[in-house]
Amino acid sequence: MEVLELARWQFGITTVYHFLMVPLTIGLSILVAGMQTAWVRTGNERYLKMTKFWGKLLLVNFAMGVVTGIVQEFQFGMNWSAYSRFVGDVFGAPLAMEGLVAFFVESTFLGLWIFGWDRLSKRVHLACVWAFSLATVASAYFILAANSWMQHPVGVEFVDGKPTMNSIWAVLTNNTALAAIPHTIAGTFSVAAAFLVGIAAWRLWRKRKEADEDRKVWRSSLKLGTWVGVVAFGVLAITGDMQGKLMFEQQPMKMAAAEALCHTEKPASFSILAVGDVANADCESVKTFTVPALLSFLAHNDFSTEVKGVEDLVGQYQEQYGTNYPDDPALGELAGKPIDYVPNLPVTYWGFRTMIGFGALSAGIGVLALWLTRRDRIPNTKWFPRMTLLGIALPFIANSAGWIFTEMGRQPFVVVPNPTGVDGVWMFTAQAVSNVTTGEVWTSLISLTLLYAVLGVVEVFLMVKYVRGGIEGVMPPKKPDRDDGGDEGKSDDDALAFAY
Amino acid sequence: MDLAIVWFCVIALFWAGYLFLEGFDFGVGMLLPVLGRDNTERRVMINTIGPVWDGNEVWVIVAGGAMFAAFPAWYAGLFSSAYLPLLVVLLALIGRGVAFEYRGKVDTERWRRTWDRVIVLGSWLPPLGIGLIISTTVLGLPLDADGNRVGSAFEAVRWDTLLGAVAIVGFSIVHGAAFLALKTDGELRHRARRLAVRILPVALAPLLALVVLVQVREGEAWTVAPVVVVFLAAAVAWWRLAKGREGQAFASLGVAIVGAAVALFGALYPDVLPSTGDPANSLTVSNASSSPYTLQVMTWVAAFGAPAVLVYQGWTYWVFRKRISTHHIPKVHVPR
Repeated sequence: MEVLELARWQFGITTVYHFLMVPLTIGLSILVAGMQTAWVRTGNERYLKMTKFWGKLLLVNFAMGVVTGIVQEFQFGMNWSAYSRFVGDVFGAPLAMEGLVAFFVESTFLGLWIFGWDRLSKRVHLACVWAFSLATVASAYFILAANSWMQHPVGVEFVDGKPTMNSIWAVLTNNTALAAIPHTIAGTFSVAAAFLVGIAAWRLWRKRKEADEDRKVWRSSLKLGTWVGVVAFGVLAITGDMQGKLMFEQQPMKMAAAEALCHTEKPASFSILAVGDVANADCESVKTFTVPALLSFLAHNDFSTEVKGVEDLVGQYQEQYGTNYPDDPALGELAGKPIDYVPNLPVTYWGFRTMIGFGALSAGIGVLALWLTRRDRIPNTKWFPRMTLLGIALPFIANSAGWIFTEMGRQPFVVVPNPTGVDGVWMFTAQAVSNVTTGEVWTSLISLTLLYAVLGVVEVFLMVKYVRGGIEGVMPPKKPDRDDGGDEGKSDDDALAFAY
Repeated sequence: MDLAIVWFCVIALFWAGYLFLEGFDFGVGMLLPVLGRDNTERRVMINTIGPVWDGNEVWVIVAGGAMFAAFPAWYAGLFSSAYLPLLVVLLALIGRGVAFEYRGKVDTERWRRTWDRVIVLGSWLPPLGIGLIISTTVLGLPLDADGNRVGSAFEAVRWDTLLGAVAIVGFSIVHGAAFLALKTDGELRHRARRLAVRILPVALAPLLALVVLVQVREGEAWTVAPVVVVFLAAAVAWWRLAKGREGQAFASLGVAIVGAAVALFGALYPDVLPSTGDPANSLTVSNASSSPYTLQVMTWVAAFGAPAVLVYQGWTYWVFRKRISTHHIPKVHVPR
């Protein structure tokens, strides 16, 4: 393998892995902040228990999100230095802002939240969890603005062979980003929602036959998870539709690839499932189950719009961006070779369907679980916890599939040309890699993957342990003379409320 | 004033801030098996940095991000050239961060011992790698016309960059010991102080050697001043430590590392990554920088963002200002 393939595998593995932790962190941190708000406002012990329990799981997960994020910040320089040089003028800005505005707030206020239970007043302590959780959203905003610029470069001019930023406002309000941000944030909530539903349902079911003083904690969590999941799915559908329409204008090849649409159709039908090899670009061997004219509507709000197929688009792309790669030795094996403008169709086609299908299924499981537990019922069947626990995985898979689709769907470009943008502002992925040895990239690919695998096992092990431990596991037995979180009667010699 | 110069200074300050802040929390991790004689003492040590290590670590992310935004060619050239050392830093930081969070989550000796090892390794390796990377950018390496490394994957590993690596390791140990003397109480506090006094001359020697080496090789007339500051601050730190004035000693060590950063980056200017082959290929403040517009945007962001960071991070240190000793450590409470 060449540096290009290795670097792509590394980026894919590390980013998908990082984005398993991130959505849970974002969605759950906001829900935990909400739980703590409810506790501060009502003084109801149930909300404190919720805050402590879900907050602990949040922390187990957050640590992994942070450390895997450091790799992301440096990976561009290590593996993608040609890309970094080419786009740094515009792409670096949101990344640096993410660090300065979001990461500092996130890390500092998280420390205050974890260790501050007995050192800060209730309100200041609550403000810390909000600062932390909103900073996670801010960081998502900046990194999505950066990613959206790669999908749809705006706010730049082309000077001395490089895109040069001329409007940070345009970069930060890129319509691609404005659609991607609510979509991604809703995706994080659907992860957190399924997490709540899955675990709360299991806790309910496990103690279904005995008295459980914490049953209300789990019922509230389950209800919260279900409603958050339903609303999140609604937002996902609406924003996903917005993204589809933008994609039709901005990245027509990705749109065609999402459907494995070979020939231009007017009106175009939406394929629900396919039997056969979608990679075969002549479409002859594929039978698909379709909804007539729906794709036209998704693309342009009109059931008769023409949607271009892969075959026609290839010609169009060849005309605009060339038929062959430049004869540059830096491109390695690809130098002077024809450019393949068609993304990996099975990946884009099935990625798109996995995203939608699993996302919908996850919200559905939440609703079903809520219905099954209506009016203090707890189903007696084993299938109930099995279903909800398996349901936790669904939005994670849907998120990953969505990202794999959107990133693989823009190949062979790393910066996709903007059809109405400035000429010259695009880059092939093959041109983006560093001039480093395959040995170096192999070393980092293997070592990071192994380390991530080991830590993934440890994280799941700890999660399971804390889920089994329930409320008792996260709340130390109370001292008789002190109410939890209060400052009264505290002396300097007291043990810390929390310590590593 | 040219904003590229401003950003060169800002980045130097981010690195200085990083070395200052994470320097001591690396030191705490490095000294875990040396100063922490039982689990409670080790927990005291870890909890001195518990609320702050993550915020400290963000300084390196922002230093890297600022390089990307303000000097893309520097970011690209340095991090692809020092690929393997940076990889070691990343792997170590990953393990270390998780270790702090996970160490106390299972109540067995074996579990704690495992994570203690990760903390120790994760605290020795990053300063080594960071020191090597910083001295690589200051001392340079052979570059081609595109700003790519010429030579093998180990081009950045030489005796002079290794001196830089050892310099940051040595500084971190002393800084960590002084921090522990400042933040703990009882037996541990005195042990930490005694250790700091004993090892300071040896541990800071590589840092002193590094600033002298860089001054001799590429220094300007004015960078003699920060070099002298480093020597004086090191001496003051030793003296104050010996007198038991932990706060002053810790502050002097801070002056020493900031002085060292000023000396190193001052000598580096106007280059950002000098080419030791053809000097025409050197990356400089002017040929590696982003456009004036981008630098202007970033200046606005930093002008509001950076002071805010100092305020709320400063506040965190205030909130957790109390010394910790063994009786503050609560019983282990984990799910059965």
